[in-house]
Amino acid sequence: MSDPMEQFKVIFFEECSDLLISLEEGLMQLQAGDCDEEVVHSVFRAVHSIKGGAGAFGFDRLVSFAHIQETLLDDIRSGALEVEQAYMTVLLQAFDILSELVGAAQRDEEVADDFGGDVAKAMKAILDQTGVPLAEKNATKKPDIETDTAEKNARLFRILFKPYAELFQRANEPILLIRELGTLGDLTVALDVSDVPDIEEMEAEHAYFSWDFSLITEYDEAAIREVFEFVEDDCDLQITDHGVYLSPEAFVEDAQAGLFEDIEDEPDASPDVLKPRKAVKPAKSGEAVVSQSIRVELDKVDTLVNMVGELVITQAMLREQGGELLVEQYPNLVQGIEDLSRHIRDLQDCVMAIRAQPVKSVFSRMPRLVRELTASLGKKARLVMSGEDTEVDKTVTERIGDPLMHMIRNSVDHGLEMPDVRAKAGKSEEGVINLSAFHRGGRIFIEIADDGAGINKKIVLEKAIANGLVSPDANLSDEEINNLIFMPGFSTAESVTNVSGRGVGMDVVRKNIQSLGGRISIRSEEGKGSKFTMSLPLTLAVMDGMVVDIGPEKYILPLVNIIQTLRPGKEDVNSLPDGRNVMMFRGEYILLVPLYDLYHIDNAIENPCEGLVVVVEGDGGVLMGFIVDDLVNQQQVVIKSLEANYALVEGVSGATILGNGRVSLIVDISTIQDMSANQLRKFQSASPETNKISPQAQISSEIH
Amino acid sequence: MKKTALTIDDSKTMRDMVSFTLKNAGYDVVEAENGQLGLDKIAGASFDVIITDVNMPVMDGITFTREARKRAEAKTTPILILTTESGSDIKNEGRSAGATGWIVKPFNPEKLLQVVEKVCGS
Repeated sequence: MSDPMEQFKVIFFEECSDLLISLEEGLMQLQAGDCDEEVVHSVFRAVHSIKGGAGAFGFDRLVSFAHIQETLLDDIRSGALEVEQAYMTVLLQAFDILSELVGAAQRDEEVADDFGGDVAKAMKAILDQTGVPLAEKNATKKPDIETDTAEKNARLFRILFKPYAELFQRANEPILLIRELGTLGDLTVALDVSDVPDIEEMEAEHAYFSWDFSLITEYDEAAIREVFEFVEDDCDLQITDHGVYLSPEAFVEDAQAGLFEDIEDEPDASPDVLKPRKAVKPAKSGEAVVSQSIRVELDKVDTLVNMVGELVITQAMLREQGGELLVEQYPNLVQGIEDLSRHIRDLQDCVMAIRAQPVKSVFSRMPRLVRELTASLGKKARLVMSGEDTEVDKTVTERIGDPLMHMIRNSVDHGLEMPDVRAKAGKSEEGVINLSAFHRGGRIFIEIADDGAGINKKIVLEKAIANGLVSPDANLSDEEINNLIFMPGFSTAESVTNVSGRGVGMDVVRKNIQSLGGRISIRSEEGKGSKFTMSLPLTLAVMDGMVVDIGPEKYILPLVNIIQTLRPGKEDVNSLPDGRNVMMFRGEYILLVPLYDLYHIDNAIENPCEGLVVVVEGDGGVLMGFIVDDLVNQQQVVIKSLEANYALVEGVSGATILGNGRVSLIVDISTIQDMSANQLRKFQSASPETNKISPQAQISSEIH
Repeated sequence: MKKTALTIDDSKTMRDMVSFTLKNAGYDVVEAENGQLGLDKIAGASFDVIITDVNMPVMDGITFTREARKRAEAKTTPILILTTESGSDIKNEGRSAGATGWIVKPFNPEKLLQVVEKVCGS
């Protein structure tokens, strides 16, 4: 085990992030006017706990700031201060500073001396109004822990000690005090039993003994008082200093002998310290240590996930080999392999469930964002959240924060109108943004809906034409126009506000979401509002894939995108003048994408009527037909990052290892969509094709 | 016979520190997140020492101490309360609730062990 303090630190920071979330939640509630006593308490406790932990690790900056914050909250808690809106602003600012200080402590960074000074001053100003200056509140300083400022010369102390019954009621033990006293020096004990009544009159709960000690010690009186620290109000205690003591060693030995005799006699003789606690059976350690949840470092879980991933691959391999075994020949073995597959699948679900986290951790950042945005933009908005408890893999929650914030920003900035405009349109001045999360079909959906102006299709189209994103004579559907806002370089914001329009557009949002294997779509109605819907995989570690043959190579298509697989008849396939092929599918023409060509694979079937067409859904619900040789099988694949292990390859979202041990690439549908569009441009400019080989062949040749 | 301690704190960091320190000193340690859960742990058990935080949700440490003192199982068990520096009121409150002693936060493992041994022997 490494340094325990370091480990506690890790736990402390984990805890801090939870505490900060609940602190912010509480402050939000307070600000919304919910001054429930329990909310105030929980806010106070969060700061208190952060301060407590920070103290243990010597994060002084954090402690001193949290202390002011805590004092202020304590005044609110005790009713000395009423919650006022002005205080809330300060408290929220203090929250920001506190978060920063926690972050700095975690990263082991120095913080500028005046950091948060203004907020601290503001809090102090509020405290001063209550009449009790902060300094006074701090006056009750902790007692000195270390008092062993031993004097050089041994001194003799006489100590008279007569416990009250309360001392026993508080579970203090004279014998332990006597032993502790004995550690300070040479102790002589005289037990006074003169107060002990006859056995008939004796009350079990009363105290009858008193002690007269002589202590020869190099410590001072304070050290002796510290021994009696917990009991000084529960006993008569007199300590008298008899000055420097010099004595023959023989005396000391006698004294010690006396001490031990007395002590050994004492417990049995004293009815007060009779031992019910020794009579009760000790707790069975096993049953008592049950706790409801544990905290595990993410690294350990990741290792577990990886190992289960490897297990899945091994199992796939076994299964592939097992498939060749005759069922009649080895029925039990075949059955065993089947069972193993099922169990491994369950195991994998369990492991992934461990990593699952409610989206709350991300959602909780949004109310503040909305509040700040509306304040700076002069708008009014309310954020309504639902489904915060929807769980999704940690890798996903970690990475949806930024896109989500950007989209919320977008909704407030571009979606919602100014209050007067809303009023004119017959809406309430306060706009509503709904943020919701739910599970559907093995994916998580996050929706952001606003009741704002909606997308002005005319302006969007004009802008797109002006930016050369679409040709002026293009005939676009409403949906296509809405999706234009995801195009790179698109921004309708007429002026660059400090909120959005900072060069990071919705295209980046879409890219981020796509890199998570997610999709985003938009629905908008002018005058009524817009709704963005993101769908994301529940995990980024495994997915259900369809293994397909393209020439000699195997590729994997994400199952979630596959609509249907078919072999078209000749009459279904048509060529466009630009050289592309289209296929009639469910009454509409869809583009046929020659994967063999995009990936530069030789010896693949090029005629869709001889191979198969896998119809997949791309971004914005666009259907495409991928031409493949054949379907191999459907299986769960463990996603390995290609970027981390090799290099980013266009059109490939990752790799996996198949049952036969070969690396197989996972087709990235949305980049293929872009690539096939680019391919088209290339055809048009008729640039000569350079000699290329498929990425899979390239990777295989470099790996093997 | 191994001694058993009960640590009650809503802060996982604190529980872990107490737990780690005492386990290293050879104690069995049971943890509870608030006073109410602490009382649940007491039922039918016998601890050699109980260390409780004051500020906790559901049931605070002072109430816990008062309630624990009413239970036969914990009537004579040393109960230590964890207080912060501004704690002289808390100490008195703790004392009147029946607390045996107190530990001032922040504390280091040695200090904790020292106080624990002070009230329940080494």
